[in-house]
Amino acid sequence: MTDLLRVENLRVGFGDTEVVKGISFSLEAGRCLAIVGESGSGKSVTARTLVGLTGGRSQVTADALEFDGRDLRGLRDRQWRDIRGRDIGFILQDALVSLDQLRPIGKEIDEALRLHRYGSREERRKRVLHLLDEVGIPEPLLRVRQLPHELSGGQRQRALIASAIALDPKLIIADEPTTALDVTVQARILHLLERIRDDGSALILISHDLAVVARMADEVAVMRYGEIVERGDAREVLSNPQHAYTRALLDAIPSTHSKGTRLSPGTPHVAPVVERAPRAADTPVLDARGLVKRYAGPDGQTRTVVDDVSFELRAGETLGVVGESGSGKTTTARIALALTEPDGGEVLLNGEPWTAVPEKARRVRRREISVIYQDPLSSFDPRWSVDQILADALPPGVRDPRKRVGELLALVGLEGEHRARRPLQLSGGQRQRVAIARALAPDPSVIVCDEPVSALDVSIQAQVLDLLTDLQEQLGLSYLFISHDLGVIHHMSDRVLVLNEGKVVETGTADEVFFAPREPYTRALVAALPRLEPRQVVRHEEAVPAAT
Amino acid sequence: MKTVALKVLGAIAVLWAAATFTFFVQAALPGDRATLILNQDSGQIIKRSDAELAPVNEKFGFDDPIYAQYVNYVAGLAQGDLGTSYRLKAPVTEIIGEQIWPTIFLTIAALIAAWVMALALTLLTAKRGRIPSALGSGYETFTAALPHYWLGVILLVVFAIELQLFPVEGGSSLIGLVLPALTLGIPLAGFLGQVTRDEFEKVLDQPFVTSARARGMGDFGVRWRHALRHAVLPAITLSGWAIGALFSGAVIAEIIFARQGIGNILVTAANMRDIPLVSGIVMLVALIYVVANLLVDLAYRVVDPRIEVSS
Repeated sequence: MTDLLRVENLRVGFGDTEVVKGISFSLEAGRCLAIVGESGSGKSVTARTLVGLTGGRSQVTADALEFDGRDLRGLRDRQWRDIRGRDIGFILQDALVSLDQLRPIGKEIDEALRLHRYGSREERRKRVLHLLDEVGIPEPLLRVRQLPHELSGGQRQRALIASAIALDPKLIIADEPTTALDVTVQARILHLLERIRDDGSALILISHDLAVVARMADEVAVMRYGEIVERGDAREVLSNPQHAYTRALLDAIPSTHSKGTRLSPGTPHVAPVVERAPRAADTPVLDARGLVKRYAGPDGQTRTVVDDVSFELRAGETLGVVGESGSGKTTTARIALALTEPDGGEVLLNGEPWTAVPEKARRVRRREISVIYQDPLSSFDPRWSVDQILADALPPGVRDPRKRVGELLALVGLEGEHRARRPLQLSGGQRQRVAIARALAPDPSVIVCDEPVSALDVSIQAQVLDLLTDLQEQLGLSYLFISHDLGVIHHMSDRVLVLNEGKVVETGTADEVFFAPREPYTRALVAALPRLEPRQVVRHEEAVPAAT
Repeated sequence: MKTVALKVLGAIAVLWAAATFTFFVQAALPGDRATLILNQDSGQIIKRSDAELAPVNEKFGFDDPIYAQYVNYVAGLAQGDLGTSYRLKAPVTEIIGEQIWPTIFLTIAALIAAWVMALALTLLTAKRGRIPSALGSGYETFTAALPHYWLGVILLVVFAIELQLFPVEGGSSLIGLVLPALTLGIPLAGFLGQVTRDEFEKVLDQPFVTSARARGMGDFGVRWRHALRHAVLPAITLSGWAIGALFSGAVIAEIIFARQGIGNILVTAANMRDIPLVSGIVMLVALIYVVANLLVDLAYRVVDPRIEVSS
């Protein structure tokens, strides 16, 4: 079979920097190539090169850039426009920003048809409805007139896919198509993409997530710093990686099997320097009893976002809270931090009333509990230096603040040279380390971690998770660990709390919940998780939960 | 429904506040009002005797306590009565009614001209390489800073007197509207253009723009069909303010081009201290602001359908 797409020695540069440095790959119809890499690897630029959307200031050269027997090098804009949408479909991540917020989704899909002069207005309307049905959006007649924000995340992504496959393109490029989605929704979107590939389209899947790739790809290309470090049959590459970087990437993925092992290479395991805090072992550090929180929705109806949630977090333990968007996990965290007043129930902190006492009484005890957020950039004042950020977080009465800041930086593995930097001058991983140092500054007994690694690349995520594990052992911390990522939750947690629509669905030790889930919801969640067995690909062919 | 009711109530409150303010300012002005009226009628400036003043005070109710005058004034307003001009001896509503249309036409023409220029400039120059962008935004900054008076005179001298393309005195003809509308519209276009360009450039970097390009849409299509709609939102908000400012700023264009309109009578009334007429016009401008902002709200909802759901 001849190749649909053939790329040889592709180079893309912006000014003096070359971001894609001579890569080659090819793809046949009906097959899926996954390009995997971390941020800055050049994978997205590679994808854009294939539709001629690298922008005016880029220089693209290649020994061969052939699609469907046609040379793509030096095409004029007019010629590219004929190919885009008709021969090559392009799907971006996060449909909320990838669809025009001010236009109904039907119009967006229709646009793809209209631009390539597909049929009459009436034929196009029929085609749009057919497409919505095909990608699994219920009630197409209603949805076609709705705006992106009126749809759920999964439906939006389906609508975006519908606009990309409207003209049955021979090649579909999907750039992180499931990154912002919940795990069960992700499973359904992947299922849809699989079906499109099985119908004969070739698929290029750009992803940072090896587990997603394992499920879908026939071939894998692993990219780093603009080069393909390893390429080959997906099963072969994932089960028997040849390149050290591929191995490190696979090792860095937290999962069922990584529990108790280190995720990042090269960081020495720090032995505990402090004995576990001799707190009264039978008093939980955080004791939540029957928490309830209701909000009035935009339609005037009251929604119960946290509905009778109880849990205990014991000293030195990690309690993982897992759930999809809207499950109430962040609200639960805010109640635990006494930032949101519960409508029912209460939280005890170190055995004493916490949410039930007035803020004035809480203020002196605020140092006992702190928090790490997903995106530290938005929780730092961008004009402050690291020094100022940390000094500000120290409790009053610290005798030598400079020395203490130095200790905190050392704890999280940062150097003195980082002191003077501002948040924007730090990498994502360094920023999260500063956030951790800030959380440690008041010497708390509990840290609430709200999606602390969700914005990080997998190798950085591995380092941050290892750091959190070390700090817990060293300082005897307790973590209330919130994440949508089941792999991360299983890796980190001693016990797990599964939330769905504000209710506790299931609770137990991490292994119980993940290996022997009792509730159907937990089972669906675990089944939907794309995962890698150690050094071995497992294709999940089992039934995907029905689309909603 | 609830939000509409709130908006109407808010509008009434604004008008009431404007009425109260103008009333007390006019009451606090120095000088005896009856003397003023008599002097205006006779064209002399002399001190009047009580016998002369009494009938005037009686006629206009100047002897009543101040709160009674206020209640009278507001009650009159509620019935659409703005009082009687001291100088012209005619109801203020009548005088305004005769002069309002030329000013409204001018305001609308200037606003349309400003929008057309601002949009054309944004579509043609925003994010089109360094030099066109710099030229476009430089032009906007320059025009936004132009004084109406200077611009009006230049336009008059160049296009009406030297080139004779337009009449020197506009009268009420359509062609006579062009230069006055440009006088008001060009600086406003610079202003609206700056806001629109800013937003436009941000929108062109959004992923949904890439999505549209990936469907095969060309550069002009992306600008015209996608980006523009997002980019005009801040300019729409500004237009509420702009309509009011144009209306009250129309006076300069009306004087330079010798047009009829509210501006002209406002200047005369202010010079002559025709207090009811001045406060009538102030009330009218307040009303225009209120109506303009309601219209802007409406326009915003048309362009951004997301509002409907969240309110």
